[in-house]
Amino acid sequence: MATATVPAVEREDYLNKEYGIASWLLTTDHKRIALLYLISITFFFFIGGFFALLIRLELLTPAGDLVQADTYNKLFTMHGQVMVFFFLIPSIPAVLGNFLIPLMVGAKDLAFPRINLLSWYIYIIAGIMMMHCMLTGGVDTGWTFYTPFSTAFSNTKVIEAGLAIFVAGFSSILTGLNFVVTIHRMRAPGLTWSRLPLFVWAHYATSIIQILGTPVIAITLVLVVAERALHLGIFDPKLGGDPLLFQHLFWFYSHPAVYIMILPSMGVVTEIIPCFSRKRVFGYMFVALSSIAIAVFGFLVWAHHMFVAGISVYAALVFSILSYAVAVPSAVKVFNWTATLYKGSIYYNAPMLYAFGFVGLFTVGGLTGLFLAALGIDMHVHDTYFIIAHFHYIMVGGALMGYLGGMHFWWPKISGRLYPEGWARLAALIVFIGFNLTFFPQFILGYLGMPRRYWQYPAQYQVLNVLSTAGATVLAVGYLLPMMYFLWSMRYGKPASDNPWRAAGLEWTVQSPPTTFNFPEQPVVTWEAYNYDEIDKNYQEEAQVVG
Amino acid sequence: MAGNVDALYIFLLILSGMMTLLIFTALVYFAARYRHRKGVLAEQIEGSTPLELTWTIIPLGVFMVIFAWGAVVYFQQRTPPRDATEVYVVGKQWMWKLEHAEGQREINSLHVPVGRDVKLILTSQDVIHSFSIPEFRIKQDVVPGRYTVAWFRATKPGSYHLFCTQYCGTEHSGMIGTIEVMEPAQYEAWMSGGSTGPLSASGERIFAELGCATCHRSDSQGRGPNLQGMFGKPVQLEDGRIVTADENYLRESILDPGSKVVRGFKPVMPTFQGLVSEEQLNALVAYVKSLSPPSAPGAKNAAMSAPQSGPGQGNQVQ
Repeated sequence: MATATVPAVEREDYLNKEYGIASWLLTTDHKRIALLYLISITFFFFIGGFFALLIRLELLTPAGDLVQADTYNKLFTMHGQVMVFFFLIPSIPAVLGNFLIPLMVGAKDLAFPRINLLSWYIYIIAGIMMMHCMLTGGVDTGWTFYTPFSTAFSNTKVIEAGLAIFVAGFSSILTGLNFVVTIHRMRAPGLTWSRLPLFVWAHYATSIIQILGTPVIAITLVLVVAERALHLGIFDPKLGGDPLLFQHLFWFYSHPAVYIMILPSMGVVTEIIPCFSRKRVFGYMFVALSSIAIAVFGFLVWAHHMFVAGISVYAALVFSILSYAVAVPSAVKVFNWTATLYKGSIYYNAPMLYAFGFVGLFTVGGLTGLFLAALGIDMHVHDTYFIIAHFHYIMVGGALMGYLGGMHFWWPKISGRLYPEGWARLAALIVFIGFNLTFFPQFILGYLGMPRRYWQYPAQYQVLNVLSTAGATVLAVGYLLPMMYFLWSMRYGKPASDNPWRAAGLEWTVQSPPTTFNFPEQPVVTWEAYNYDEIDKNYQEEAQVVG
Repeated sequence: MAGNVDALYIFLLILSGMMTLLIFTALVYFAARYRHRKGVLAEQIEGSTPLELTWTIIPLGVFMVIFAWGAVVYFQQRTPPRDATEVYVVGKQWMWKLEHAEGQREINSLHVPVGRDVKLILTSQDVIHSFSIPEFRIKQDVVPGRYTVAWFRATKPGSYHLFCTQYCGTEHSGMIGTIEVMEPAQYEAWMSGGSTGPLSASGERIFAELGCATCHRSDSQGRGPNLQGMFGKPVQLEDGRIVTADENYLRESILDPGSKVVRGFKPVMPTFQGLVSEEQLNALVAYVKSLSPPSAPGAKNAAMSAPQSGPGQGNQVQ
């Protein structure tokens, strides 16, 4: 390929344009801000992962022997809070979305570059608050903050944790706002809604949830803090409050938040699969609209977290049927991804392996969601390891697999370097095996009745717990590997061409790494999304000319 | 094993197993069959609306079947049979206190006879707990400030795990116990020891000690409503609403008497919040219930949450 030769002279790009701490901390370049986010969320990912490993080690034996009960309770609480609010929610949007959306829509930057930087600073302030909370004793309410335990009984740093997450929410809202405005106002000429990459559609849907949902968790946490500090009777029945009100408010955000975590990942996979099958996406419009459908229906299913909480039978029926409604667009996506492979020309590069892993694990996660939405079964498996396994299949098997796939797919664009493909394929395999070994046994544990958040457990559950802990160590290796070879590649990796995958999309038409303002001139889009037929035809013709 | 839940579970296992197999087979087959070969281009396919509609509508139809089945099972799980034996359960950090209607008290264990429906009336004196017996496939959150209800019928003698499944603080994983299911004869022997008389009798004593009878007289002359035969019947309120006099209504009327005043009465009753413990409250409720014999008309509304289904359909243990 003619473009594959890399010029010997070093070109100016967003990385080498300026040096020095200030040029990073005061940058308004969406790509540099994406890297700032990348470093910060990776930090929190390894903290959350460290907590997870300690949890798994404690559960190796039935007795509570590695850490104290209170410590264990803090570990699972902070594992959840860090992973959800400081890793998963920002992960793909704030890193890949930030980096790619302006490039994908043909813009110089996001609509509000300074607000973009502000959102990172807010995230960092929240992160420091969370670290401070954890280092000065931590919190033990479970990431769910259920009242009245959190407001009247816990002796830990509930207020600090609540405020940290409250602050983090604003960062999420600002990112969402920036995306919505950018996608509406800054698309290149010719880039109609029906030509947008589906990654952008997925982020549009995600942004809607971030903007509409996050204020609800924010005000809910303020109410928790107010009740704890000032003894206002909102959730505590002793003060005339209603503990179930808290659960309604909490899940009104926290269920849609699941889609904040998974939709961007679906967007990533929808870019990877066409590229490595050399095909347009099967049923573009259905995939696009299913993202919107998930965002909308996602707001109507929150009380399926409360089937045994004491809500009425009739409320439970309504939320059960709506939960099945939200499962349909997810199923549609899986079918379309699979159909995209049909008659393709499939490459097994590392990003594609992650995409395969994503589809497989998301399918299992989605199908087990059908079990939980079935009222009669939820009554048995609710608050057991079944639900732990289910949401880890969605959030780790789904969201995190997608994030890693996306990082591999766009790493050449982000860093200008190629990672070692062999190691990357090996890591994808290790993650897949380690993940299943960790979480599949938990489905069985759950149906056998092992409750979640148990520091010690009856001996009959030990074998499956040992398997799970073994899997977690494999998984840890799988996560450390990419970090090591990505770092390695920044110095030693082969320089990447502008479009190493021959991928469609405006982000691949610019140099790797891109310049500060992305496009030398305003691009005009005259083609449909995923025009792999044209790309491959041109490539063959060029190859013949050159050959 | 509770057959109803497991039947649906097995149905779902088969269904989702088939789905997983279908998707995985398609993935693997396509990936192998259409792997990249030199010079062979992918065949571009836009999509297919009929196909999209097929895989939207068929899953939706299947989901509705699962929904309906799950709903039927849940309805049975949440509808205690009318003549069930009642046990009052109070959760606290970190133990279960159980009291049989006949007066036996237990901590972290519950003795029940084989083959009898047992209705649990649950509340918490501190945080939210959850009463779960995995072998019986039941679980119900135990919420401070209100009653929730669960029921089961054990069909095989033995001991079964009782777990708290709602995180409740330090010793959450130690808030466990056993359900001892006994043969009826053994159970009668167990019941004959250690009782201080039925729960309703202690309730009657508390009722007298607190002076409730001054106003709630057994004629229509009192300043408060006559409680005879009231339980389970609809009550007309001052503000025009009609509520059913169930356990939660009695509880609320003792702790927050001004909130639902019976038509024709003045809101003069003082609150007993903080003056009665959860156990005393249970006894009072049991006493007021005992003033309405189960055979009385209207008692069929006594189930707190839902209409009746046939007894014995629900949480059987084999």
